Amino acid sequence: MIKTPAWWLWVLGGAIGVFLIAPSIVVIIMSFSSGKMMMFPPPGFGLTWYENFFSSSEWIGSALNSLKIAVLSALLATALGTLTAVGLAGARPRFANVTKAIILSPAIVPVVVTAVGMYFTYHRMGLSSFFSIVAAHTMLGLPYAVVTVSASLYGLDADLELAARNLGAGPWRSFFRITFPLILPGIAVGAIFAFVSSWDEVVAALFLTTPSLRTLPVTMWEQTRSTVDPTIAAASSLLTALTLFLLVTAITFRRFSPATTRERAR
Amino acid sequence: MNRPPAIGQLRIEALSKQYSDTVALKEASLQVEAGEFITLLGPSGSGKTTTLKIVAGFIRPDTGKVVLDGKDLTDVPPHLRDIGMVFQNYALFPHLTVTRNVAFPLEMRRLPRAEIRRRVEATLGLVQLAGFGERRPRELSGGQQQRVALARALVFQPRLLLMDEPLGALDRKLREAMQLEIINICREVGHTVLYVTHDQEEALAMSNRIAVFHDGRIEQVGTPEDVYQRPVSLFVATFIGESTTFLGRLQQAGSGLRLVAGGLSLPVSTAGARRADIAAGAPAALVVRPEAMSIRPVDGCGRAGGSPHLATARGRVQNCVYLGSVRKNVIALEGGNTALVRVALEGASGGEPGREVEICWDIEAGIVVPPHDRSVPVTPLPAEREG
Repeated sequence: MIKTPAWWLWVLGGAIGVFLIAPSIVVIIMSFSSGKMMMFPPPGFGLTWYENFFSSSEWIGSALNSLKIAVLSALLATALGTLTAVGLAGARPRFANVTKAIILSPAIVPVVVTAVGMYFTYHRMGLSSFFSIVAAHTMLGLPYAVVTVSASLYGLDADLELAARNLGAGPWRSFFRITFPLILPGIAVGAIFAFVSSWDEVVAALFLTTPSLRTLPVTMWEQTRSTVDPTIAAASSLLTALTLFLLVTAITFRRFSPATTRERAR
Repeated sequence: MNRPPAIGQLRIEALSKQYSDTVALKEASLQVEAGEFITLLGPSGSGKTTTLKIVAGFIRPDTGKVVLDGKDLTDVPPHLRDIGMVFQNYALFPHLTVTRNVAFPLEMRRLPRAEIRRRVEATLGLVQLAGFGERRPRELSGGQQQRVALARALVFQPRLLLMDEPLGALDRKLREAMQLEIINICREVGHTVLYVTHDQEEALAMSNRIAVFHDGRIEQVGTPEDVYQRPVSLFVATFIGESTTFLGRLQQAGSGLRLVAGGLSLPVSTAGARRADIAAGAPAALVVRPEAMSIRPVDGCGRAGGSPHLATARGRVQNCVYLGSVRKNVIALEGGNTALVRVALEGASGGEPGREVEICWDIEAGIVVPPHDRSVPVTPLPAEREG
């Protein structure tokens, strides 16, 4: 028999929850401050700092840079990740495991280490700052795409593709007509994760940005070191809001995935 | 939807397939005539599904070839083979409606839209699913999904229809109804069908001919009557139907032959022994079907030396199972064998466990086969294979 948890477990769990969420909440509250300094609790409320954010070309410029880089690297990571996952699903297990380990390594190796390597490699290759960051973020986003698409493929009844082949579809058509639509929710989730991982990435970006090209997290980091005005809080809140929105979207996609036919069929 | 009878002639020549550590198929050969319903029957791992997948083009054989209507298919990719297949779990496309599922092979062949609609409607009518076109597969029952899978495999009028244990997921009642329906539909359309099952009753009920697989080999090919009444090996005899098996050695006795098994000496058919190519002195197995035996009180059959056409054995009733129309008696014989006797309920004696009885059968009903079998456990217990 399962007992309902004791009261102290609720208290402990609640305390941990508050501890985890509090910093974000505090920042969001401070972003609506009417004061000129970052302080909590704020002396009053207003939208000054959001106005400041949206009227500053530095903030808006770096936000747009971040957006462009995130979209581009998410697209690249998703396309490559989908191809990789499809290829690995049909490969010999030993080969697939080794390859997967290599592809997942950016998620395990400390980003600082990877970033230093990228800094020197891309510089030597003569890649522009923009494309260096796109390449770096593609690499960092790839594991998300591979993992989510692989999971979708695993849940797919392998006979579906054989059936498509049997009914007259060549390898390409059976992929685009059958496999692709069924794993699309997984691909979308992978794309969202890849986007978010680029959107708030700061370590690699710090190495690869130049004064003329900054991403939003880099600008925030630099502003935090020089001035301490609440525009940073407004920027943080916007960053958090977009991320939160995308993650909720991802969860929704997962729930409505039609690809989980395997357990039904058995 | 009728088709010329010359389409659908399949020849499988000496197919072999080996996986890293196991041999899946050894030199399997089979000739299937156009319009024939042929079942590949065997226990799991016997090579029947491997054969089907090689014919479909999903697996490449190590050696041998597949020839359909005179064309060697061995190097043809699956989507160009023009063979329909019904999968074990139906493999319906979950994101497409029933209509789109059935239309899929026609769309792949780039037929005109009006023609596709006409054919899909006709085929859904054939499987009695008219009006279900807008549903999704998951909104259908198992039996309905089965019909959609059948319609999808038939709609493009393939040269050959493959079915891989298509009724395995259905309950018994529905399975029997679907067996009849599949036979009717296939007969109506006139397709050649290659049907895989491990269910011997299903094979007997549906097929024109049965190919019995064992250990990657085709052990016997024949009509249901052939494989049931004239099995060529102990495996075929015990895998198909129920039976009582006596293992022993043939001995000459006057003008006839007897099988000496344990403490028993049973007369066997000389013609049967000749058919199995077993001479006096050689080891042999005698297989008797439960419906060929009858039970009498002791001495009811007459003592040894009574009728020369009757084989008799004494024993004690161990168990008696009521099965509705018949009663199944398990009888422990002298000498340690166990016999399985099925008697019609009407006027049947026998019955109570512990009773001394004598069983007897016409010696021509006893099937003589070679005793060695590569992997059949040689137990004297009758093979129990229900459904």
